[in-house]
Amino acid sequence: MKQMAFAFLLGCATVFTMGPSAYGRSDAFKENIYDQGPMKPRDSHLKVKVGEKAPDFALPAMSGGKVSLSQFHGKQNVVLSFVPAAWTPVCSDQWPGYNIVKDLFDQHDAVLIGITVDNIPTLFAWTRQMGKLWFPVLSDFWPHGVVADRYGVLRSDGMSERALFVIDKEGIIRYIDVHDINQRPRLEILMGELEKLPR
Amino acid sequence: MRSLIVFIVGIWMAFSMAPDALAADGPRPGKPLPSITLTAPESPAHKDYLGLSGGGSFHIPQIKARVVIIEIFSMYCPHCQTEAPMVNDLYKKIEDTPSLKGKIKLIGIGAGNTPFEVDVFKKKYQVPFPLFPDPDFVVHKAVGEVRTPCFIGVRLNSDGTDQVFYQKVGGLEGVDHFLGLILKQSGIDQEQ
Repeated sequence: MKQMAFAFLLGCATVFTMGPSAYGRSDAFKENIYDQGPMKPRDSHLKVKVGEKAPDFALPAMSGGKVSLSQFHGKQNVVLSFVPAAWTPVCSDQWPGYNIVKDLFDQHDAVLIGITVDNIPTLFAWTRQMGKLWFPVLSDFWPHGVVADRYGVLRSDGMSERALFVIDKEGIIRYIDVHDINQRPRLEILMGELEKLPR
Repeated sequence: MRSLIVFIVGIWMAFSMAPDALAADGPRPGKPLPSITLTAPESPAHKDYLGLSGGGSFHIPQIKARVVIIEIFSMYCPHCQTEAPMVNDLYKKIEDTPSLKGKIKLIGIGAGNTPFEVDVFKKKYQVPFPLFPDPDFVVHKAVGEVRTPCFIGVRLNSDGTDQVFYQKVGGLEGVDHFLGLILKQSGIDQEQ
């Protein structure tokens, strides 16, 4: 009897845990988003700290050429936005939001740099669904995830964390948010951190 | 073997008991709207538009209208961004048409959007109708975790009941086309 009751409850629980998880999904991507369900919120160990010099890098940009962190040194604040992978649920609804707030980044003399571990063709196809992006999108594909790893946000499955780094004009890291990979960071928190940067 | 049968029965019963939130295709036309609680807007103009008095929370059937169109949107959704000017035109068309003004009201609910994020969207696209935040996806879950944008038409009946008559994910496909559908499917075109 106990065994049957357990089987019944297991059956019910199976259905209720199958319910879609809570994140918005734009119709822009139709049925093209691969949803692997909830993931371990965080699966890496940071290798940098607030107050430290941000490691420099140069990565291929989707628009051509390479973009380095050092090219903004002394000129603009930088926000690095690592997202785990193209064509996944939360990532696909993060950068499109940043795409309509260029004015807020401008107000803080900040540039946004998007980075994933995907290759350029994948990033091209994926970001086309977002409209024309005002910020550079960089590929940390090869050697795979080398920049994500240098910052300590490369996960054991080869994706990166959903992470934000605010780096000031002197190249110093002022804010780090290695976010729960299943959730989108709230915009006002990032803007609040930009507000704290020296003018 | 008996445990397997009981397991399957458990699955079947859970599906039959599962709340609307598990239905990923949204509220079904012909059914009442799932209960949605919103915080009354601070703007007196928006409060007046919705026919609400006082602050605190309210339910959609309390809106003074015959039909309420709900747009489930997100500031992070590219299609919502592209559609925003057309949705503004829809609002203007309703407000500029004396036979529709006051009968059809339009609101937006930002799925997973905080008040700050909703405000960004509102300012960016100069949205003239009330927008409400849904930072914890409570409303989004209640309406079946639909993709955005999603338009839901609800008829508010004189006996206090309400009924969903329209639900579609995706764009409006033109203001006149959409408004025609709303008028026809809600039945209020027969009342004019």
